[in-house]
Amino acid sequence: MKVAVIDYGMGNLFSVRRALDVAGAAEIDVTADPARLALADRVVLPGVGAFADGMAGLTAGGFVPAIRASVAEGRPLLGICLGMQMLMDASEEFGLTPGLGLIPGPVRAIVCGRADGGRRKLPAIGWFPLAPAGANGWDGSVLADLAPQTPVYFLHSFHAEPQDGAHLLAAYDHDGLRVTAAVRRGVVTGTQFHPEKSGPAGLAILRRFLLG
Amino acid sequence: MPARLIARLDIKGPNLIKGVQMEGLRVMGDPCDFARRYYEAGVDELLYIDIVASLYGRSKLTEVVRRTAQDVFVPMTVGGGIRTLDDVTDLLRAGADKVAINTAAVKTPELITQVARRFGSQCMVLSIEAKAMGPGKWEVYTETGREHSGLDVVDWVRRGVDLGAGEVLVTSIDREGGRKGYDTGLIAAISAAVDVPVIASGGYGRTGDLAAALGAGADAVAVADALHYGRKTMADLRAELAGGAA
Repeated sequence: MKVAVIDYGMGNLFSVRRALDVAGAAEIDVTADPARLALADRVVLPGVGAFADGMAGLTAGGFVPAIRASVAEGRPLLGICLGMQMLMDASEEFGLTPGLGLIPGPVRAIVCGRADGGRRKLPAIGWFPLAPAGANGWDGSVLADLAPQTPVYFLHSFHAEPQDGAHLLAAYDHDGLRVTAAVRRGVVTGTQFHPEKSGPAGLAILRRFLLG
Repeated sequence: MPARLIARLDIKGPNLIKGVQMEGLRVMGDPCDFARRYYEAGVDELLYIDIVASLYGRSKLTEVVRRTAQDVFVPMTVGGGIRTLDDVTDLLRAGADKVAINTAAVKTPELITQVARRFGSQCMVLSIEAKAMGPGKWEVYTETGREHSGLDVVDWVRRGVDLGAGEVLVTSIDREGGRKGYDTGLIAAISAAVDVPVIASGGYGRTGDLAAALGAGADAVAVADALHYGRKTMADLRAELAGGAA
C-alpha cells in the first residue's frame, strides 16, 4: 500500500509520516509534486495553521486540481485537522476563503457562548470521546475499529459544518455543544482530531485507512 | 473539557534533569526513554522545556523532539529558547504540536501574534513563570526564573491572550520541585482572567493536589518529578484525575 502525503509547507509532516509507517504503510511518499498523487493508492492531506495560508499553499503547489482529480478517480483521501477543514466549501477564519469543495458546507468558529450564559473554553484542546453521528454509526469508515466513546486528541477553534447531515461521521461534546470530529463523503474522509497524535486509537484509524 | 495529565520533562542538553525551585539540577537520563515509558503508560501529552536554552541559545532540543516523535504518538508541547518563527518551524517539523514561549514573548510580545497568525492560536502556548509578591499578587519571571520582568501575572496573561496565545502554561517558581501542592491562588487568578485552557505546573506532591489544581480552574496538570522518580504511577495519577482521589 503506497500512500502519498501532500507537502505544501504546512504542518507536522514528520509525525504523520512516522505514524503511517507504524500503522503499516509499505511506502510513504511525502511529496510537493502534484503529479505523484496519481502514483499512490491513498492520499493524506495533513495540515496545521490558518485556512487561508493552507489553501494558498495548495494552490501555489498546483495541488487543487490534482486532489480533485485523484478523488474523481476514486483514490481514498484522508484530510487531517486543517487538511480536513480544507475539504469543505469555505472557511470563515480571518475572512471568507474558498476551500476544495469536496464536501458541501462551511468551516466556522466554534461558538464561545454557552446556552447558560457562561463561556466555553477555546481552543478546544485535549482528548474528547468520539460519538458516531449518523444512523449507521461508523461501520465501513476509518473509525470502524474503534469502540464508541474512544477519546482522541483535538486541538482547534474552528470546525466543519457539513450541509448534508449524512456527511457527518462523528462528533464530540464540548461543554454542551456538538462539535464536528469527522466527515465523510464517498472516498473522502476528514478528521478534525489528530490520528497521528491519538495514541493506539489513532494508529488503528490510520491502519484502517490504509487497509479499508 | 476533559482534564489532561501532562508529563513535564525539563531538559538540559541531551539529558532529562530535575531542578528544585529552578536551581540545583540532577541528571535523570535520556528524556526519550522517559517519554516513551509515559506514552506507553497512557499519558495525555508531553511537555518538554529546555531550561538552559533561553540562557545559552537553543541546543539539542530539536533533536530530542525528533527522536521522541519516532515512537511517541501523543501531542508534544516544546519550550525553551524559542525566539523566532524559524525556531517554531523547526520544532513543529521535528514533531512538536505546540510551542511554549516565555522570555521572548516578554521581550517582544509581537512574536505571540506572529506565531498565532502563522501556525494558529492553538499552537501558541504562553509560558509564564510566576513568583508570589504578596497576597493575590504575582510577578512574571523570565530566563528560567532568573530575571524579574516587573510585569504583573494577571495583566500579562490577559495581554498575551489578546495578542493570540491559545493556551497558558503557568509554572509557580515558589512551588516548583517543592512537593507542597500547586499554587491554587495563582491558578484561580489566571483562570478567571482568560477563557483559554490553563496548564498548571509546579508543586505536585501528593494525592489530592491534582484535584485542587483542577478545582482552582486548571484544564490540565503537569507532573514532573513524582513521575520521574516513580513516586507515582500514571495509573495513580489517572485515578486521581478521574476523581478517585481522597
